[in-house]
Amino acid sequence: MNTEIFGIIFMFLATVLLAIPLGKYIANVYAENKTWSDFLQPLENLFFKISGIDPKQEMTWQEHLKALLTINFLWFFWAMLLLMTQDFHGFLNPDGNPSMTPDLAFNTAISFLVNCNLQHYSGETGLSYLSQLACMTFLQFVTAGTGMAACAVVFNAMRSTSPTPNPSPVERGNTNPKGGEGFTPLSKGEGQGVRLLGNFYNCFLKSCTRILLPISIVIAILLAFNGTPMNFEGKAEITTLEGVAQQISRGPAAAMIAIKQLGTNGGGYFGVNSAHPLENPNYLTNIVECMAIFLIPIALVFALGYYLEKKKFAWVIFGVMTIGFLILLLPTVYFEMQGSPTLAKMGINQDLGSMEGKEIRLGSAASAYWAINTTVTSNGSVNAMHDSLTPISGMMTMLGMMINALYGGVGVGFLNFYIFIIIAVFISGLMVGRTPEFLGKKIEAKEMKIAIIIALLHPFLILAGTALACWVFVNNPDIGWLNNPSFHGFAEMLYEFTSASANNGSGFEGLGDNTPFWNISTGIVLILARYLPIIGPVAIAGILASKKYIPESAGTLKTDTSTFGIMVFAVIVIIAALAFFPALVLSSITEFVMTY
Amino acid sequence: MKSNNSLFQKDLITDAVKQSFIKLNPKIMFKNPIMFVVEVCTLIMLIEAIRTPFDASISHLTVYNVFIFIILFLTLLFANFAEAIAEARGKAQADSLRKAREDTPANLVLESGEIKKISSSQLKKGDIFTVKAGEMIPSDGEIIEGLATIDESAITGESAPVVREAGSDRSSVTGGTKVLSDQIKVVVTTQQGESFLDKMIALVEGANRQKTPNEIALTILLAGFTLVFIIVCVTLKFFADYAGTPITVAAFISLFVCLIPTTIGGLLSAIGIAGMDRALRANVITKSGKAVETAGDIDVLLLDKTGTITIGNRKATNFYPASNIDKNEFVKACVLSSLADETPEGKSIVELGKGFEKVSVSQLTANISQSNAKFIKFTAETRNSGIDLSNGIRIRKGAIDTIKNLTEKAGNQFPTDVAEQTKQISANGGTPLVVSENEKVLGVIELQDIIKVGIHERFDRLRKMGVKTVMVTGDNPLTAKYIAEKAGVDDFIAEAKPEDKMNYIRKEQQQGKLVAMMGDGTNDAPALAQADVGVAMNSGTQAAKEASNMVDLDNDPTKLIEIVEIGKQLLMTRGTLTTFSIANDVAKYFAIVPALFINSIPALQALNIMQLASPESAILSAVIFNAIIIPFLIPLALKGVEYKPIGASALLIRNLVIYGLGGVIVPFIGIKLIDILVSLFI
Repeated sequence: MNTEIFGIIFMFLATVLLAIPLGKYIANVYAENKTWSDFLQPLENLFFKISGIDPKQEMTWQEHLKALLTINFLWFFWAMLLLMTQDFHGFLNPDGNPSMTPDLAFNTAISFLVNCNLQHYSGETGLSYLSQLACMTFLQFVTAGTGMAACAVVFNAMRSTSPTPNPSPVERGNTNPKGGEGFTPLSKGEGQGVRLLGNFYNCFLKSCTRILLPISIVIAILLAFNGTPMNFEGKAEITTLEGVAQQISRGPAAAMIAIKQLGTNGGGYFGVNSAHPLENPNYLTNIVECMAIFLIPIALVFALGYYLEKKKFAWVIFGVMTIGFLILLLPTVYFEMQGSPTLAKMGINQDLGSMEGKEIRLGSAASAYWAINTTVTSNGSVNAMHDSLTPISGMMTMLGMMINALYGGVGVGFLNFYIFIIIAVFISGLMVGRTPEFLGKKIEAKEMKIAIIIALLHPFLILAGTALACWVFVNNPDIGWLNNPSFHGFAEMLYEFTSASANNGSGFEGLGDNTPFWNISTGIVLILARYLPIIGPVAIAGILASKKYIPESAGTLKTDTSTFGIMVFAVIVIIAALAFFPALVLSSITEFVMTY
Repeated sequence: MKSNNSLFQKDLITDAVKQSFIKLNPKIMFKNPIMFVVEVCTLIMLIEAIRTPFDASISHLTVYNVFIFIILFLTLLFANFAEAIAEARGKAQADSLRKAREDTPANLVLESGEIKKISSSQLKKGDIFTVKAGEMIPSDGEIIEGLATIDESAITGESAPVVREAGSDRSSVTGGTKVLSDQIKVVVTTQQGESFLDKMIALVEGANRQKTPNEIALTILLAGFTLVFIIVCVTLKFFADYAGTPITVAAFISLFVCLIPTTIGGLLSAIGIAGMDRALRANVITKSGKAVETAGDIDVLLLDKTGTITIGNRKATNFYPASNIDKNEFVKACVLSSLADETPEGKSIVELGKGFEKVSVSQLTANISQSNAKFIKFTAETRNSGIDLSNGIRIRKGAIDTIKNLTEKAGNQFPTDVAEQTKQISANGGTPLVVSENEKVLGVIELQDIIKVGIHERFDRLRKMGVKTVMVTGDNPLTAKYIAEKAGVDDFIAEAKPEDKMNYIRKEQQQGKLVAMMGDGTNDAPALAQADVGVAMNSGTQAAKEASNMVDLDNDPTKLIEIVEIGKQLLMTRGTLTTFSIANDVAKYFAIVPALFINSIPALQALNIMQLASPESAILSAVIFNAIIIPFLIPLALKGVEYKPIGASALLIRNLVIYGLGGVIVPFIGIKLIDILVSLFI
């Protein structure tokens, strides 16, 4: 078999095989079961003690969101502070990179805060080492932790299956731990009550210390041993074979690159991300980095199965995600390995596939695999230039971000998928003649409203943003954004907003995006597209959790069947395909039919 | 009641067509967001069509634009027609029930005791009237004095007269029914215009129709799909400008109207009304649409044994004489004791006795009528019945305890073999009836409950739907268990008192289950109110009817099963048509999107997989398909999607294949066929 293809099959299977035990471990961490990592407890307790947090104090879903948003808000100022004071970073700024201007700092802070990592700067010249560590790497940890904590809240909510909800807030102060037992609603209406869903800070901190940190250390070590720098020295000056003097940037790269991959962040240490020879030195590091992208998103699906003790349900979700992923991956690999017909017509040998914008040490198949990996999750790191992908591959990367739930970003990917599940449950519940219910909870108007708003938000942000860009461009043809007007230019604009709304951060470069228009418009999209899709699912799950539990009967639609999987898949296809079909026709599809 | 089952009657259609135009009023349309959006689009198209001939650059499109306008207008009318025909059918059904009771003369009893003849429409709540044999009962009410046999066939279709009696659980009478014998005094229980039937008619007519929670949630989903396509179509304008491919107003509006879920949007309210209408056709009056929906979710069904699971009454099935008694003599004694017994059990003993040749029942009857034998009626104190013959012989029959007391008091032993036999009978689900002659035990009669034919299959069906059946009976646990097993119910409540039902319902509800029950007596009222779906029998007391959310005009306890299916059908019809409607979009995209751009980007011809003749014909075909699919689906909306108890997953696959996959394929074929036709004219 072609080794390139074998390489990507290996990467995928190895990731899944690692993700299953990792999922079990994650479930144990969230369930507060004994794990090998319990030796970290004193460290965590120290954090809690310093910040005066009682990790045993359970929270309602509203309190969870309040905590999540508050802490995010604080991080924003922390990031702004660091980025704007780089002049004073002293020995942690050996290259003497300048402080960022306020607007660039704002853009960078926001984009790292929302786990998107859209970069309008280049690490080599734009950041001090202190910023790289205390701002970039820090945010890459905590934003991934935020997503995972939100996901854990939804897991907790889904687990609540007892017929009566928790005691009301008034009763909560009761020192008797069984204080709620006398609470038995006799009304035949919904059993409304408050459901407590664990402590946000506890979920959040453990996501960082128990999950992200250990794996990052392993990845960073692997990278460092393969040549990725991990030091605090300034630029090295070397003389190349051609006799030209060249400045080589260094710094604490390995640590950052590990979490950038693992936390579906994507913001590279160096400007060209994992295409850079020091950021991704060889095929082995490429395997490690590629696996790191997928590892936690897949593990979280299995964690759900272990946590709820619904393994079959987890496999159904994994199945749906995998089928969707393969549908995107296979054509991409095919077309990238095939090469470009335009070049073929010019008589250029393309035995290695379409190599424009790709690294020779990685090859076209591995680059195609990475391209889909990084777009179906909200990672956004790249090891090849997406602008150079063949039209269908370009469309597939965009579709991955438009769906944004095939594995998806750490934590948030499942939250997006949860919305699709809710809609699928609703339609299929009706189709079997029963008021729709999910895990024993009735889905009614309020939940549908939230689910629909969240499902609509993504197409709205992407299409409205792109329409705005088109309008500006049509009225100012000399604005100079587009190096390739026409259909590819449209694809570049569409990709930019898709990437922003999916909190992905990768770009179809070729778009001159460092202008006020793009900074502001994508900045707004970033914030909306990060927080609303967290708030929505947590709210739905919280509302559902406080509803009366209905035990299953023969008439209940089982959600852990392939039939239901098909239904969810259909909903995903319908919502994504129907909303984006015209836009894709005018970009990639037209490009495709015109080249082939 | 005879109901016309053909879907479309001529007069109904005329009425519905008229209504379709009246419903174009934007105020009414606004209730249905999807169709309201279509109405706005139609208006825009009208303006565009009027403007077209005056704009030289597009004047050649005049006919085309007018056509698009007409089709959009038809789409609106079709959707309105669906709702109107559903309303008309429901109304017709209700009207025929109501007609019976209008303008019946009523004998109002004044305070002075005098009787005044007035029209039934003048009766007020609390008025008292009398009705005697041969007269129509002018209004719903409750008997306060007397007993009468009543012909309720006008309402129930059941020709056998029923007995209604003051103070019993069967004291209610319905307006429009006819008294056959005796005279009764009745108090009016409902204000004119507020009877259940009036409420039901109002529901169907739409004045009081509120959207059910489920309908609201579905409307939100559909509004979401509408919004998404608003976003798609509005942004497409800017994309097209960028790409330099201008799109006409007609094409935009066509694309939009085709993409939004007009099919389900147009049929949604018709489906809801049809659900209530189907309930009405099953002779069940519902107080709200929600009740019908809830019925589809029922987990537990409480059924009275008598009348539901077993044929009303027990029947004698065997005579077991004591060891020293001749069987023929024993049978003779049994028949004698029951000749004057009017209870169904007594009659069945006589009936069974006729099977013995050596016991000439007719001769016994003749002998008795000539002699001055004295019949002893069953009373609550003696708890036995029988006959005192002229020759001084006293025959008694009764429950084992009663007769045991009787004989032992007289100093006679209760034979052990008879005692054995009675236990045996109980264990087999029968009821033993011991017969004594002059306080000596003669033997025992076995009475058996007769389980209704086909009831076992119905329970199987319910089980497959996920509904648990519970039998409620006053029998002892042993008998109850036997019958429960034989009939195939999942659980039973033996020696049930009214509060037992209530407790059972609460227990199930606390586990999150939805419970339905049927009842008639006043003491059922609290349980009926507690149940998620309470169905009162029309013959039941007013209190029971008030407490429940449905009233069954047929007094048929098995009706609950039908109600559950109607509820499920209602939800399924909504779900499947939603799926169908959205799945249609795939084909419509492939029809319209290439048509939009093909002139400026000829390479997109590759997307025209249906090979539609021209951009104009493609758009026109898609819009026509979108319009005519609504009337095509009206019969399905009114009849409801068939429910099959094959388990939820199997049902989902079935419906996904038929309505999901079908929804993808059908429009490809439909649009292509229409295109072939349309391209003949373009």
